[in-house]
Amino acid sequence: MGNKKPVNVPQPPSTQSTELLRELVAHLREHRTQLREEWASRITEAQLLTAMTKDEIFAEATSVYDNYVEALATGTLEALQSYSRNLSERIIPRGVETHEVVGIVLLLRDVLARSLFAKYQGDFTKLNRILDAYEPAANRIANTVAVGFVQERERVIRQQQEAIRELSTPVLQVRERLLILPIIGVIDPQRARQLTEQLLRGIRTNRAKVVVIDITGVAAMDATVANHLVQTVEASRLLGATVIVTGLSPEIAQTIVNIGVDLGKMNTVGDLQGGIEQAERLLGYKVIPAAEATGAA
Amino acid sequence: MEVPILKQGRYLIATIQAALSDEDLLQLRRALLERVIQFRSRGVIVDVTALDVMDSFATRTLRDITYMIRLRGADTVIVGIQPEVAFAMVQLGLTLDVACALDLEEGLAHLEQRARSSS
Repeated sequence: MGNKKPVNVPQPPSTQSTELLRELVAHLREHRTQLREEWASRITEAQLLTAMTKDEIFAEATSVYDNYVEALATGTLEALQSYSRNLSERIIPRGVETHEVVGIVLLLRDVLARSLFAKYQGDFTKLNRILDAYEPAANRIANTVAVGFVQERERVIRQQQEAIRELSTPVLQVRERLLILPIIGVIDPQRARQLTEQLLRGIRTNRAKVVVIDITGVAAMDATVANHLVQTVEASRLLGATVIVTGLSPEIAQTIVNIGVDLGKMNTVGDLQGGIEQAERLLGYKVIPAAEATGAA
Repeated sequence: MEVPILKQGRYLIATIQAALSDEDLLQLRRALLERVIQFRSRGVIVDVTALDVMDSFATRTLRDITYMIRLRGADTVIVGIQPEVAFAMVQLGLTLDVACALDLEEGLAHLEQRARSSS
């Protein structure tokens, strides 16, 4: 968020290059319509931004163009930065790739450089000086847009990781005072910690007496993870809840025996069904078919 | 600070009100043992809801209290350990292998059940 990269700090331009940039900006503003159209057609030709319609590309091209010229004129990148973040926010969900965004900005840079060549081809020294002023600024702009895009992408990825983590550890109540905690996927120390915290909170809010932790969906387990599991069981016991672990696969059972983790204190049952049945027994429930119940009555 | 010990039927209830010094913990141990003998209690509940830290000395003392009271033929249950405290305890490797319950109500239910199953 708004990281000040050294690349974003505008170097104090010499008066001469300021003047040249001013001339350049005037030129770009004058030929706005033509350059913009050329750029948009180059984008379509290069088959970039295929996820967007022609009109959308043209609309975006217009605002990118204006922001680009604005950044050249003022030498500050803040407006462009926020615009590129905003743009990224809109186009990332539509599946626009990094290479496309970088590609269109580089294309614009080329289109503008070409138009400068065309304008100053008679005066080679002047063209050189203009390019000296133009190129560093243009590179900085390309950099800013690319970095903005990547940062936005990373933000989205982080957000999704967070969401997956939240979703992947549900604590569910199946009966009064009975919780189940199905664990799916890889358990790393961070997740184990979150899992334990969530379970302990769940025990307190639901006043649970028995918890069934189902690890059918856990592919592998090493000593660290096994220890986390033991800790979770112990912490739950301190809150007065009994833990039943179910769904230990043969591989995990073997690993646990091999690494010699003490699971003696743990209550383990083969599968989730067995676990829930044992939990019901502990809670004093008895599940019988309705016909039998009415027959007996 | 002294811990008040309440008599409720055949049970004793000690509610810890604030963080205790080591001396206070030893005093609690002495007092509980005396009362168990005096009132011929069947069960003791130690309520630690107010504690937000549980160090190794506190853990060991609670365990000792439980064992000593068991020698008098009574059960002890620790109630109200906070989730954060429980988590910190297992992280620090402090084991408290005595009966625990969520709160006072659960603790009483646990003692009632023990009394039923032993009679």
